[in-house]
Amino acid sequence: MTVTVIHTPSGGPAPVLGPSPDRVEDLASYLARGGYRTQVEPEELLARVEAAGLRGHGGAGFPTAVKLRAVRDGAGTPVVVANGEEGEPGSVKDRWLLRARPHLVLDGLLRAARITGADRAYVYLSDHAAERSVRAALAEREPGLAVEVVRTEPAYVAGEESAVVRRIDGGPALPTAKPPRVFERGVGGAPTLVANVETLARTALLAASTGRSGAAQTVLLTLSGGRGAPVLTERRYDTTLRQLCATHRRDEPSAVLMGGLFGGLLPLTVLDLPLERSRLAEAGTGLGCGAIRFLGPDECPVSVAADAVDHLTAESSRQCGVCVSGTRALRDTLAALAEGRCDADGLANLARWAQGLPGRGACALLDAAARLASTLVSGFPELVDDHRRAPCQACAATPPEAGRRLRVPVPMPVATAAASAVANLARPCASAGVG
Amino acid sequence: MKLRIDSTRCQGYGECLPPAPGLIDLDEWGYARLLVVDLTDDQEAAARAAVDACPNTALRLER
Ligand code: SF4
Ligand code: SF4
Repeated sequence: MTVTVIHTPSGGPAPVLGPSPDRVEDLASYLARGGYRTQVEPEELLARVEAAGLRGHGGAGFPTAVKLRAVRDGAGTPVVVANGEEGEPGSVKDRWLLRARPHLVLDGLLRAARITGADRAYVYLSDHAAERSVRAALAEREPGLAVEVVRTEPAYVAGEESAVVRRIDGGPALPTAKPPRVFERGVGGAPTLVANVETLARTALLAASTGRSGAAQTVLLTLSGGRGAPVLTERRYDTTLRQLCATHRRDEPSAVLMGGLFGGLLPLTVLDLPLERSRLAEAGTGLGCGAIRFLGPDECPVSVAADAVDHLTAESSRQCGVCVSGTRALRDTLAALAEGRCDADGLANLARWAQGLPGRGACALLDAAARLASTLVSGFPELVDDHRRAPCQACAATPPEAGRRLRVPVPMPVATAAASAVANLARPCASAGVG
Repeated sequence: MKLRIDSTRCQGYGECLPPAPGLIDLDEWGYARLLVVDLTDDQEAAARAAVDACPNTALRLER
C-alpha cells in the first residue's frame, strides 16, 4: 500500500506541520513550544487574525475575522465548532492535524470561543485515530470550557457547515437550505462558528506569535496523482503549481485537479500560477481544502472527470431533486464521453448544465460536479473532441469507480510514551457516539 | 423582498409555475428554477401566489 509522505520544505516556514509532523505532539511538547500560554486579549487576537488575512481552510475560504465578528455579534450566546470532518477523498491534512497536533487545534478553538464569547465548544470529526488523539489531549489538560467531541459517519457532505450543525443537534449529518447561515442560527439556534481545524490551528499560532507572524502565510496541501506516493506538505502562497508538482514527482502531469473536487480540472497552462487565492480565482479555480491532484501521463482528464463526478453522484445526500437528477445526468454524459459514445447533444447538454446547475442545490456538491464538467469541456476542447471520434485507451483502462482512485491514505503519526499512556486512559473510541 | 427556494423540499409538482411565469421556470426534470431572486414591488404579488401554490412549502419570501 502507498503511504503518504510528509514533506517539510527546506528553508521555508511550516508552522502548522511543526518540527516533528510524524509524531503526536503531547501537552508537554506543545507547552514547550509556547502553546496555550500567551495571554492575548480577544480584541487583539481578532485584530491579528484580520491583519494576517486569515481565511477558512475548509474549502470556501471565507475571511475568518468576518465570521468571528458575525458570530460574536449575533443574537444569543455563541457556540464554536472545530470542524475536522474531511470529506474530500484527496485531502488528508485535517485528519493528520487532529491526529498529530490536537492541542494546537484545541488552543485555537478555545481562543475562538473567547473572541466570540461562546460558552460551549465542539470538536466534530469522523476519523477514529483523530478522535483518540483529541480525547487524550482533553484528558491531559482541562480546557476550562465545556468541550464535547461529536463523531459522525464519514461522508462527502458531512463536513458542510449546516450538516455539522444538524448532526450536533442530534439529526443526520445532511445539509439544510440557506439562509439561515449557521453564524446566524446554528447549534440549538445559537450563532455558531464552524471553523476548519487548520484555520483554528493558525488562529492559535497567531496568538502565540509576537509581531509579524507567518502563521497565515502558508497552507497545508495534499498532493497526489501519478505513480509517486502522495505528499502532505505546507507551502507559502507564492509557491507555483509547477514548484509543487516538482516536490511531488519528476514527470510532467497531464492536467491538474484543483481544490479537492471543487476547483475543477485544469490544463497545464495553470502550472505557473501561484497558490494565492485571488490569482486562482481569476483563473476560475480555487484552492478549496488544499488538495491537488497532478494527473499522471497514464491518466486521462476525461476519465478522471467522469470518476470524480461518479464519486459526487454517489455522495449526493439525495435531498434535492435537482442534485439527484443533475449529478446523474452529468455522470452519465461524462461516462459516455469516456467510452467514446457521446454525441453533439451530449456535449451541448454538458455546456448547458455547467451554466445552469451551480447554485441550485442546498449545498455546493452539485456546483462541484458542474464545474468538473465545465472545466473539462472548456480546458481540453481537442481532447474532448477526440473522445467523440474514437474510444480512448486510457479511459477504457480506468472506468469510473466512484472516486476510489482519488483517495489518499492519512499519515499516522506515532504517539510518544506519555501521550499513549493518557490515550489508553481516555474513553475508548467505540463507546463514543455523540458526546 | 427576495424569493427563495429550498431545493430539499421541491418535489417538482410545477404548481408554482402558473401564478408566476416570469419568476419561475421548470428545468428538464421538472424542478423549479428561480429566474428572479430580488423582487421588484410589482412582482411581489405573483411571487406570493407561487409561494402559496406550492404544496410542499418549498418557496419562501424573505425580507
Ligand atoms: S445539493 Fe446534493 S448533496 Fe447538497 S444537500 Fe442537495 S442533494 Fe444533498
Ligand atoms: S410547486 Fe413547489 S414543489 Fe412544485 S415545482 Fe414549484 S416549488 Fe417545486
